[in-house]
Amino acid sequence: MSAMTRRQFLKVTGTTLVGSSLALLGFSPEVALAEVREYKLTRATETRNTCTYCSVACGLLMYSLGDGAKNAHSNIFHIEGDPDHPVNRGTLCPKGAGLIDVIHSKSRLKYPEYRAPGSDKWLRLSWDDALDRIAKLMKADRDANFVVRNEAGQTVNRWLTTGMLAASATSNETAVLTHKVVRSMGMLAFDNQARV
Amino acid sequence: MTNHWVDIKNADLILIMGGNAAEAHPCGFKWVTEAKAHNKAKLIVVDPRFNRSASVADVYAPIRVGTDIVFLGGLINHLLVNDKIQHEYVLNYTDMSFIVKDEFAFNEGLYSGYNADKRSYDKSSWDYVFGEDGYVKTDPTLKHPRCVYNLLKQHYARYTVDMVERVCGTPKDKIALIWDMIASTSTKDRVMTIMYALGWTQHSIGSQNVRSGAMVQLLLGNIGIAGGGMNALRGHSNIQGLTDIGLMSDLLPGYLTLPKQDEQDYKAYLAKRTQKPLRPNQMAYWQNYPKFHVSLMKSWWGDAATADNNWCFDYLPKLDKPYDMLQAYELMNQGKMNGYICQGFNPLASAPNKGKLVSAFSKLKFMVSMDPLETETISFWQNHGALNDVDPSKIQTEVFRLPTTSFAEENGAIVNSSRWLQWHWKGAEPPGEARSDIEIMSELFHRIKAMYVKDGGAYWDPIRDLAWKYSNPEVPTPEEIAMEYNGKALADVHDPKDATKLVRKAGEQVAGFAELRDDGSTACGCWIYAGAWTQAGNQMARRDNSDPSGIGNTIGWAWAWPANRRVMYNRASCDTSGKPFDPKRKLIAWNGKTWGGVDVPDFSPTSDPEDGMGPFIMNPEGVARFFARGGMAEGPFPEHYEPFDTPLAKNPLSPEQPLTLNNPIARVFQSDLAQIGKPDEFPHVATTYRLTEHFHFWTKHGLLNSITQPEQFVEIGEALAKELGIPNGSRVRVSSKRGHIEAVAMVTKRIKALQIDGKTVHQVGIPIHWGFLGAAKPGYLANTLTNAIGDGNSQTPESKCILVKVEKA
Amino acid sequence: MALQSLDIIRRSATTLPAPQARGAHAGEVAKLIDVTKCIGCKACQVACMEWNDLRDEVGTCTGHYDNPHDLSDQSWTLMRFAEYENPKGDLEWLIRKDGCMHCADPGCLKACPSPGAIVQYANGIVDFHEENCIGCGYCVTGCPFNVPRISKKDHKAYKCTLCSDRISVGLEPACVKTCPTGAITFGSKEAMQQHAAERIEDLKSRGFDQAGLYDPAGVGGTHVMYVLHHADQPQLYSGLPENPKISAMVGLWKGISKPLGLLAILATAAAGFLHYVGIGPNETDEGDEEAARRELEKTP
Repeated sequence: MSAMTRRQFLKVTGTTLVGSSLALLGFSPEVALAEVREYKLTRATETRNTCTYCSVACGLLMYSLGDGAKNAHSNIFHIEGDPDHPVNRGTLCPKGAGLIDVIHSKSRLKYPEYRAPGSDKWLRLSWDDALDRIAKLMKADRDANFVVRNEAGQTVNRWLTTGMLAASATSNETAVLTHKVVRSMGMLAFDNQARV
Repeated sequence: MTNHWVDIKNADLILIMGGNAAEAHPCGFKWVTEAKAHNKAKLIVVDPRFNRSASVADVYAPIRVGTDIVFLGGLINHLLVNDKIQHEYVLNYTDMSFIVKDEFAFNEGLYSGYNADKRSYDKSSWDYVFGEDGYVKTDPTLKHPRCVYNLLKQHYARYTVDMVERVCGTPKDKIALIWDMIASTSTKDRVMTIMYALGWTQHSIGSQNVRSGAMVQLLLGNIGIAGGGMNALRGHSNIQGLTDIGLMSDLLPGYLTLPKQDEQDYKAYLAKRTQKPLRPNQMAYWQNYPKFHVSLMKSWWGDAATADNNWCFDYLPKLDKPYDMLQAYELMNQGKMNGYICQGFNPLASAPNKGKLVSAFSKLKFMVSMDPLETETISFWQNHGALNDVDPSKIQTEVFRLPTTSFAEENGAIVNSSRWLQWHWKGAEPPGEARSDIEIMSELFHRIKAMYVKDGGAYWDPIRDLAWKYSNPEVPTPEEIAMEYNGKALADVHDPKDATKLVRKAGEQVAGFAELRDDGSTACGCWIYAGAWTQAGNQMARRDNSDPSGIGNTIGWAWAWPANRRVMYNRASCDTSGKPFDPKRKLIAWNGKTWGGVDVPDFSPTSDPEDGMGPFIMNPEGVARFFARGGMAEGPFPEHYEPFDTPLAKNPLSPEQPLTLNNPIARVFQSDLAQIGKPDEFPHVATTYRLTEHFHFWTKHGLLNSITQPEQFVEIGEALAKELGIPNGSRVRVSSKRGHIEAVAMVTKRIKALQIDGKTVHQVGIPIHWGFLGAAKPGYLANTLTNAIGDGNSQTPESKCILVKVEKA
Repeated sequence: MALQSLDIIRRSATTLPAPQARGAHAGEVAKLIDVTKCIGCKACQVACMEWNDLRDEVGTCTGHYDNPHDLSDQSWTLMRFAEYENPKGDLEWLIRKDGCMHCADPGCLKACPSPGAIVQYANGIVDFHEENCIGCGYCVTGCPFNVPRISKKDHKAYKCTLCSDRISVGLEPACVKTCPTGAITFGSKEAMQQHAAERIEDLKSRGFDQAGLYDPAGVGGTHVMYVLHHADQPQLYSGLPENPKISAMVGLWKGISKPLGLLAILATAAAGFLHYVGIGPNETDEGDEEAARRELEKTP
């Protein structure tokens, strides 16, 4: 009997849908005055942002826990489209509608990490250790390989042995700062994601 | 985009080709459905596979990958032969009447001046004939045999409908239907928009694909018009910004260019870029180049940049060749590079030929990633079985990964395809110890500079003098940097025509690039962004979405470059007298004294139409070019060349010339040449693309998107599946000359076999979104299959055309 | 103000009439799904899961775009893709957003034996209140569209709520708001019928002579309606039923046979019910569901 399937159950009762209305048999669960789910954004903090994926740049409304009080640590728990935005007018595609899971992805990095030559694992580092080490590696490579003049004697002031890829979703402000830092060092193998 | 997303609603006809807007830009595609629903517009989709855009199209036609120039060349021929062109527009606003040098020639796929050893052209014959007055000679009757109109006609006469069917595989009835629909927009009251993306650019002839589309639009008079234009759908949220700000090997901010090593003389460097008018009364806007360049150098090197040191011209590195991504990986693979930094970029997944990349990265001394997420790139040394079969113990690269904030955890501006700069606000703190890219770049810079101050080293004057005037030098704020790229007056700026008139007080933000000067009195980090943060505050944060005219320009929303203009070349929407060609699409008009309307005129605001200034003010001719002069590497008119992985033995357009099977000037590294696929070994034609459920290699890290598209698949037509005995849902192996992947076979009616040059060609679709990390089912990086040959002008990899072999796994 | 018990016009398995003084005087609500504008992007699926705090399993690819493969307690809506070659030889990709139709005459509610587990609001929404659900699965059987699903975790029935929590504060449902192409719209039923008429006119001008509205009378009309290019062949859209009707037995049961039925239960099925109440609801699997459905259909 414990393995009774629904089909068997229907057979046992000898009726089909007639086996209904448990309440009238006294088997009712406690009467609950069910309500709809409460609207979950009532006092959440709303912040305007722009979707980070494609170049449509849909307006977002991000909803976070907490009202900005000092003791509340904000946490974004819902994102939907900004209805005021002239392009998306509140809509979001499946990528934009799913942004919350990327913000909270298990793949988010939380602290600097290092993988030593030949190693097969990541090790946690402090920011100071990581940045000091990277800066030293960069300076050593630059000092060893910087070209002031080419073979023809022309002033070229370039550094070709270290390169950088700039992002495609960082802000203009990151881009402006990155560009000036990179060029001040004479780097030319510098590119972005415009082509792929 | 010349136009903008909302403007698509004004179109009568929409051509989506070389892109898949419904799939990759669904919320922008909304304006296609709006045009259909409320403007009775028709939608045409031309694509190798029946995709999501096609699912709501009025007409769909298949095409073989890599043959777009044939289809568009045939269309150009169709429009010219049937005289379906907008005459007034073409005659006055393009170079059709310009006379071309007699030395210019074309034969069997090659233009005059080809050097086979160097794989490049001497372009000196690719130019106009100039008169003694220094201006180009023209023949407004278009009768001169050497005028651009006649050369164009002659060039595309070979692109017949039979040729198109033979090369593209598109059925002739569909070609005829589509061409007639497109030709209907040559009238003044009908307009077509073209929407394209990487389906046109990721080819060895990608730039010429785009040019072909633009030529079609010029013939039809559809550039500068509401509802028209050439609309490049940029892929990422701020790739427009990153391009504008010039983070590329050979660029400076605002499409200024780095000097080449031969350009040792500063004045010559400027003179070459300061283009003088080629026709009378033309604006030739690049005449202002020195103002923008000097203002940039003042922004970067502040007080150190003076007239005496040529505004620190020597601080700029000089190029011997472009060092684009493909060049960098080639050098890396040859062991000639030591360090590589990836800021929010996952090239192991995104760049071509994964095998070559792993080999290249393994030769580096150090590699750094700044990213909110873990990436395949920074994990290249990890063994993930068949998906990334490496031995970590043999890889000596030091690897760092630095956690960064995501978009949700920062303030800042990004630029969309419509060229709108939109400000966004931080909604939460980042997880753990993550820091912003600004902070990380700043910290690295300070550490390196401090070591130079302490120990000295290779030429570090540019590092020493780099302007760094931020309230907190360790952590500059986005607001300060935004004000920096807008630019400001360093000294009082006066009107050049009236020295008593103060234009901008010292210390104030400039209102626009017209206030920039070449005497060191202004600083501006990106001239095209001048106006984004003025004395009136942050214009990018504006949120007035009103649209009183109903044309959709919302000029009070955010801020668009240049000068808050929404439709570029909008002067071309009016006839020569300054009246809109189509009154119901009025953007601007001449009122007898000034230009004005619902958009910011792309023109001198007080130039009387009678003066004859042309609408294409960035060209020194004042008109648009059908004849590209030396502007394109392959030649002045787009010509079809087969992809490097081609199923054909000869180029049907130039069968007698073996050099022109593929793009004769494409830069090809020897190591890549050895990895070109041949049809006897790899008989199927494949293309790579995105799916709407995913964004590149990011959303696979989120559950929601992984749920809706969990596992890697490839799409194959029913005919090929039957031929190979592949059941739907079974696993297949897809290999190219570069490597192989395995995935689920999705057998579909949406991809049909094509008849190409007398033989059956099967096409295969390869979505790109999987990798060895993330929440979705692990999969192979699709770029294992692609090759690293780039476009002849932009070095965009030819990821859309690959030869593969499909077989049961 | 959330919708409350007082806005309920019908409750499952309840003999007392629900309070009925309130009415939807501005019109009942409706969602219109224009499949001819739909690109199958699945934004509605994602927005639905996101808003309702659901996460289905990361599944597999079986050679179709349909992911997840079926509705579930975690997927209250999903896109179903069908490739159709029309008589002209052109391919059409018919993509239908599946989910609860919010029938005016809801078979699920009528079949439900648990008081207050299924309710209908004055605005037309048919909502499940899972705290009252006993997991018997009769709603699944009673639904002519095969929509409700029983959770394997808590043995309760789940389906689309039409975002009753959003509508109760004056917002549109999450799927409606997110839809990039405007294929899903929301408003009063009358407004949606009017909008549909405009869409149908446009479709007819593009050669879809049989374009029409799907608002089936067999269930009293629905509060989720479709615009179809081929309204004469709804089954082309991944088996959308042509003439959905509440199973005859549900109708019969709610009508004359109710007292008889109760007697029959008492007389013949006490053991079964004791088992049910004592041990709890039984696990069902798809095969079982299918078999049960066949059993029901055989019943006169």
